[in-house]
Amino acid sequence: MSSDPSVEAPREDEAASPDDAAAAPTAGPGGSLASNFLHNLWSANTVVVTIWSIVLAMVIGAVLIVVSDSDVLAMFGYFTARPSDALTGSWDLISGAYADLFKGAVFDPATMSAWLHGTGSWRAAFAPISETLTYAAPLVFTGLSVALAFRGGLFNIGGQGQAVIGTITGAVAGFAFGLPVVLNLVVALICGALGGALWGFIPGILKARTGAHEVIVTIMLNNTAALFLTWLILQDGVQDPKRTDAISKTVAESAQLPSFGGALRVNLGIVLAVAVTAGVAWLLNRSSFGFELRAVGANPAAARTAGISVARTYTLLMVVAGGLAGLGGATQVLGTAYALTPAVAGNIGFDGLLVALLGRNRPWGTLLAAILFGALRAGGNRMQSFSGISLELVTVLQALIVIFIAAPALVKAIFQLRAARTARIGATMTKGW
Amino acid sequence: MSTATVEDLTEVTAPDRFWNRQRRLGAALVLIGLLATVVFGALATGESARFTLSENAEGAALDIQGQLGAVLFGLVAVGAGVAMLIGVAPRWQTTLLSIGIVGFVVSFLCWQVAGKFLPLVDTVNGTLQLGLPLILGAMAGVLGERSGVVNVAIEAQLLMGAFGAALVGTMAGSVWLGLISAAMGGVLIAAMLAVFAIRFLVDQVVVGMVLNLFALGVTGFLYERLMQPQAQTYNQPPQMPQWRIPGLAEVPVLGPVLFDTNLLVWLALIVVVLIHVALSRTRWGLRTRAVGEHPTAADTVGIRVRGLRYLNVLLGGVVAGIGGAYFTLVATGSFNKNMTSGAGFIALAALIFGRWTPFGAFGAALFFGFAQKLATYLSAVGSPVPSQFLNMLPYVATIIAVAGLVGRVRAPAADGQPYTSG
Repeated sequence: MSSDPSVEAPREDEAASPDDAAAAPTAGPGGSLASNFLHNLWSANTVVVTIWSIVLAMVIGAVLIVVSDSDVLAMFGYFTARPSDALTGSWDLISGAYADLFKGAVFDPATMSAWLHGTGSWRAAFAPISETLTYAAPLVFTGLSVALAFRGGLFNIGGQGQAVIGTITGAVAGFAFGLPVVLNLVVALICGALGGALWGFIPGILKARTGAHEVIVTIMLNNTAALFLTWLILQDGVQDPKRTDAISKTVAESAQLPSFGGALRVNLGIVLAVAVTAGVAWLLNRSSFGFELRAVGANPAAARTAGISVARTYTLLMVVAGGLAGLGGATQVLGTAYALTPAVAGNIGFDGLLVALLGRNRPWGTLLAAILFGALRAGGNRMQSFSGISLELVTVLQALIVIFIAAPALVKAIFQLRAARTARIGATMTKGW
Repeated sequence: MSTATVEDLTEVTAPDRFWNRQRRLGAALVLIGLLATVVFGALATGESARFTLSENAEGAALDIQGQLGAVLFGLVAVGAGVAMLIGVAPRWQTTLLSIGIVGFVVSFLCWQVAGKFLPLVDTVNGTLQLGLPLILGAMAGVLGERSGVVNVAIEAQLLMGAFGAALVGTMAGSVWLGLISAAMGGVLIAAMLAVFAIRFLVDQVVVGMVLNLFALGVTGFLYERLMQPQAQTYNQPPQMPQWRIPGLAEVPVLGPVLFDTNLLVWLALIVVVLIHVALSRTRWGLRTRAVGEHPTAADTVGIRVRGLRYLNVLLGGVVAGIGGAYFTLVATGSFNKNMTSGAGFIALAALIFGRWTPFGAFGAALFFGFAQKLATYLSAVGSPVPSQFLNMLPYVATIIAVAGLVGRVRAPAADGQPYTSG
């Protein structure tokens, strides 16, 4: 998230008043590390805004938790008589829920100390991290898909549809071909990527040839893909012959992403995700195609004048973005689901959109954001089963975090942060249909 | 804005180009007409297809031999296409296009209904009912987008409206308070959209998509925390009453559909006409269009651009929220997680397919409603045509429309562009 130089908060002269900080350009290095840290803590740079956005989202989430609990609400009924009841009741509820969120996502002190004292297994101690990474893996791919398209000036809302097609082609390749061990997995992953790429090619070519807005086309393709999946599952040759409900055959064992450590769910998907992040970072920042797509994203007219084929860049960009999202879908079905169901892709495409926005459309930022979202999801599962707080709260938190990130001016106003440059998201996107 | 005008310039077609819009439409009609004649005609059985005027198989009916009907109406579509290829006055274009499409649809129906019956009243009624949230959602889109605010959060507004109607309707025990709070639910999302898009200049598509997820999460969360465990107290809203206007309700087919129905149907129809008239005839409408096409010019002559955009987006929230009430107060008796299941996106499709005009969007919404109704009918009679493909129709039709394969749709020039004065 902090890999971009523009993200670093500019330092100001000692004499300058805080209000002038926005205008002050980045000065040379100066001041001690500690004073710099304190200074930046209250300035509206990217990292600080991100952290405060998360805090703000969790505060609103806490309000929702209290409002939806009838026992605590009853305590608020006699708030003036005995305020301590309502306050401690609310606090217990909120702290319990968020503690479970943490224990489910990072580590549980109880199992961790049990492992360190030799009374518990290492598997239980590392299960939360494993869950986090498992949920994060597909989001990395769909997030990268959206982020890459963003950098080229395209808003790929179609990550969901591309991921759905990726699950279809990946799963069908996984149970239909019957190839030997390593080859089967590789072919299934490639098929997933190709399926997504095909679904990305449609908006790309339409944008390039006819100017059809990619947002409209991808929204429509999302729903088309979902309907196609519900139809396909019930067809002979795809549906599990032993079942009457909507579920496909199971992916062959040789095509499943192998997990490490037996009992843990985390699988090769997250390793693949990190590798692909590095690949996308290279593609974006080091390759000539990356240069072209950034040029087109910054100013299509100027790029055209400079001799870059905008139409070709748009098409290729959407193919690559679609392929990434398709790979995400394949990771989902080959890594955890193993069979197609109507909801096999979950919400990974739309979550990928949030992940890319949170990661400021940078590859490594997207990876970190995906891990945060994976952590929220993994913790949400524990919160649901231990505190009885619905998993849907995680969706609310995720949406709120991104809303606040998208409006840094709001966060800055709420916390009275000092003005500083913030990486704006979607700054190049304000062009309408 | 300058880039938008450059892009527009490239779209201008030379007036004397041979393959102009009319000829392309004509060619497309001939193609689908031939498809209908050959494929549907060949597949249809010789049994008679009955279109009954009542709710069931009894009573008066329009009969036609299936194969004959499929071929005949396919040829009607071909004829309309040929007429457009030869060239007719532009004012006949829409009529011919409608005749062609209707011919294709009826040809399809003749093939499917051959040997069975299709209750017309039920079909028309279902079309209108399923079209209700689409109509109202699309009208919300018209209000926002004609003044320059892209609204992809229609889904969120519908969902919030449905949720608000169920929650307050149950707690207050009143269907009318439910309806009002449905509007409030829509306004809540609209207000968030407006503040973030207009005040904080966040990309409007980004805000819209995030709000969709937000509404999904909030309603799902409160559903699981409140409504599921205590359905009696939170999730059993009273149903909207059916009102019957004596006399008018006796008119065949349209009578029972339009005059023996719930308030939402009338509200939707009134809103469509009202927005159409207001947009084209009133000061507010002129200003809205000015702000949507060229906000700087509008600002120069003293129109409050941001104020008008706020007003229109919030009005859109009211309309879409009421559309959401359909799900809980009319269609089903309770709220369910993600119960709108993409209706907001179909409404968005209708808005675009209807070229951002109230009547266009209304027609498109009805057409998409018909496609949904037909999908349920076909799966009920065990048709070989998968219902999923019929449900894809709105989306595919919209892609074809925006790609300009048949005719070009154009959004308001400043749609999606935040306005900053000075």
